[in-house]
Amino acid sequence: MKALSQKRRHPLAALALLVLGLMLTGGLYAVVTTVNEAKADTTTYTAQQVEEGEKLFVANCATCHGLGASGTDAGPSLAGVGAAAVDFQVGTGRMPMQMQGPQAKQKPKQFTTEQTHEMAAYVATLGDGPALPEEQYLDGGGDAAVGGELFRVNCAMCHNAAAAGGALTRGKFAPPLAGVSESHIYSAMVTGPQNMPVFNDANISPDGKRDIITFLKTIENQGAPGGAKLGSLGPVSEGLFLWTAVLGVIIGFTIWLTSRTS
Amino acid sequence: MGNHSDGTPTGADAVAKAGHQEVDVFQDPGLPPHRLRLADTDPKAAKRAERQVAWLFVISIIGTLVFFVGYFGVRLDDTIGTLRIQNTLLGLGVAFAMLGIGTGIVHWARALMPDHEVAEERHEIRTEEDRQAAVKIVDDIIDETGIKRRPLIRNTLIGAVALAPLPAIAIFRDLGPLPGDALRHTLWKEGERLARDPDGTPIKAADVTIGSAFHVIPESLNDLHEGKIAAKAKAVVLLMRLNPEDLNPSEGREDWGYNGIVAYSKICTHVGCPVALYEQQTHHLLCPCHQSTFDLTQECKVIFGPAVRPLPQLPITVDADGYLVAQSDFHEPVGPSFWERG
Repeated sequence: MKALSQKRRHPLAALALLVLGLMLTGGLYAVVTTVNEAKADTTTYTAQQVEEGEKLFVANCATCHGLGASGTDAGPSLAGVGAAAVDFQVGTGRMPMQMQGPQAKQKPKQFTTEQTHEMAAYVATLGDGPALPEEQYLDGGGDAAVGGELFRVNCAMCHNAAAAGGALTRGKFAPPLAGVSESHIYSAMVTGPQNMPVFNDANISPDGKRDIITFLKTIENQGAPGGAKLGSLGPVSEGLFLWTAVLGVIIGFTIWLTSRTS
Repeated sequence: MGNHSDGTPTGADAVAKAGHQEVDVFQDPGLPPHRLRLADTDPKAAKRAERQVAWLFVISIIGTLVFFVGYFGVRLDDTIGTLRIQNTLLGLGVAFAMLGIGTGIVHWARALMPDHEVAEERHEIRTEEDRQAAVKIVDDIIDETGIKRRPLIRNTLIGAVALAPLPAIAIFRDLGPLPGDALRHTLWKEGERLARDPDGTPIKAADVTIGSAFHVIPESLNDLHEGKIAAKAKAVVLLMRLNPEDLNPSEGREDWGYNGIVAYSKICTHVGCPVALYEQQTHHLLCPCHQSTFDLTQECKVIFGPAVRPLPQLPITVDADGYLVAQSDFHEPVGPSFWERG
């Protein structure tokens, strides 16, 4: 400790502090990653699943969505939203909502995969809607280049060209897509959760959706070609980095240039 | 004194004039005593600084070599990992090559080159004699050309100078035709099918479910060989379906949609960014560039942001085969304002 306090007036101490600060900031970016969730699905439901799902629904969801899921002022009717909507909303923790707000946020999920499926089975009986995605479209074996083009035409305006997410109006936002499971990406496209538009199979074919998922997983796994991504947010984070870190280095150089040598 | 041409202010009370004996307020403190550096007195320190400068130059040499190692040594395969390694080596190589030379020279100048202080006297800006001489030269030229006495020469010269720039106007005119009415028309015409961007397959009305958003181009766009990008930039459309009761069409526009399906130009009326951020619950369209927000339920009226005009609506209907088609072109120019728009 004594050695450290003696060296704190060293001419390079400020530089060392700057480098330390930059590395800490960079490290924080690296830490913010989420884990993929593995899940299996079935598209046929047993009567018991439906029954269990109805019990779970009445206990946890009916307050807002109403008995029989017919909707109230606090929540929409769930007739016809389909099993895929339940799988997405409950499976990513967005439902049950923590509180009313501009947008239901992702949070640790409250139900097991089995319970989620039971609720999905119950909601699927209320009306025809998108079913859980088929496994063949989730394997990530599509054409990433075609998926990239589809993504830029249909998704990138909200979700950012690098799928890093972006702001919408009045507190709403399009979330980043890294770490979202394949089936949740697929379910989101067919159901259009919250303010996201629906991209049904007539708009983007199941094979096109498979390509988009392949593209998203490709850019997520291969990393950025240019080194530090700084959140892939474009001029905001890059500009902030330039204005603080690089300008700091330039100021350091000018001080060094004009100082007297000992 | 007091002559304005030598730069001294007039008026006795203006300022204290430096160098005048009668105003003796400020004593020139002179330069501080020269302080010798370590390298000036200690030959060992000088040797050390010399080695440091040399090392900085060596770092620059290594940086250049690293650049070429990255350039020639890294085999690019079809993964992005090798590209990242190459980019890193190129960047670091050039950075150290430049930084090494720069810091080396600065360190050399600071530690080893002579650092005695030098004062340079400011020289007079302009003397009265120089000014007079210049005036005389101009007067002589005017006098010797005789331009005042020979109006024929003067007038023909004025004529020649006035006409000479005209060829430039003719040449610059060749840079391109004027836009004409290109800004007022798009590819859309009666019966033109709405097709998906980018593959150009037509869209059936039944395909567009409530809450959907389709990114649309005219079906004939992909047949174009020339000017495809320019045509697309004007013609792109966002197709959305709402509950028909959410739409509030004004008089004369009731039949511009079909069962709640409406099509609006995707080009922002502010500066022309693509307005494609559609919120299917609030029915707001947001422009990502300057946050102009358009309300689909009020015929894309501007409800926030710098845009001043609503997005133009494309009147659509269905043809005999159930495909969505345009009724006509847009009824107004799409995109931002331009001078002749009116």
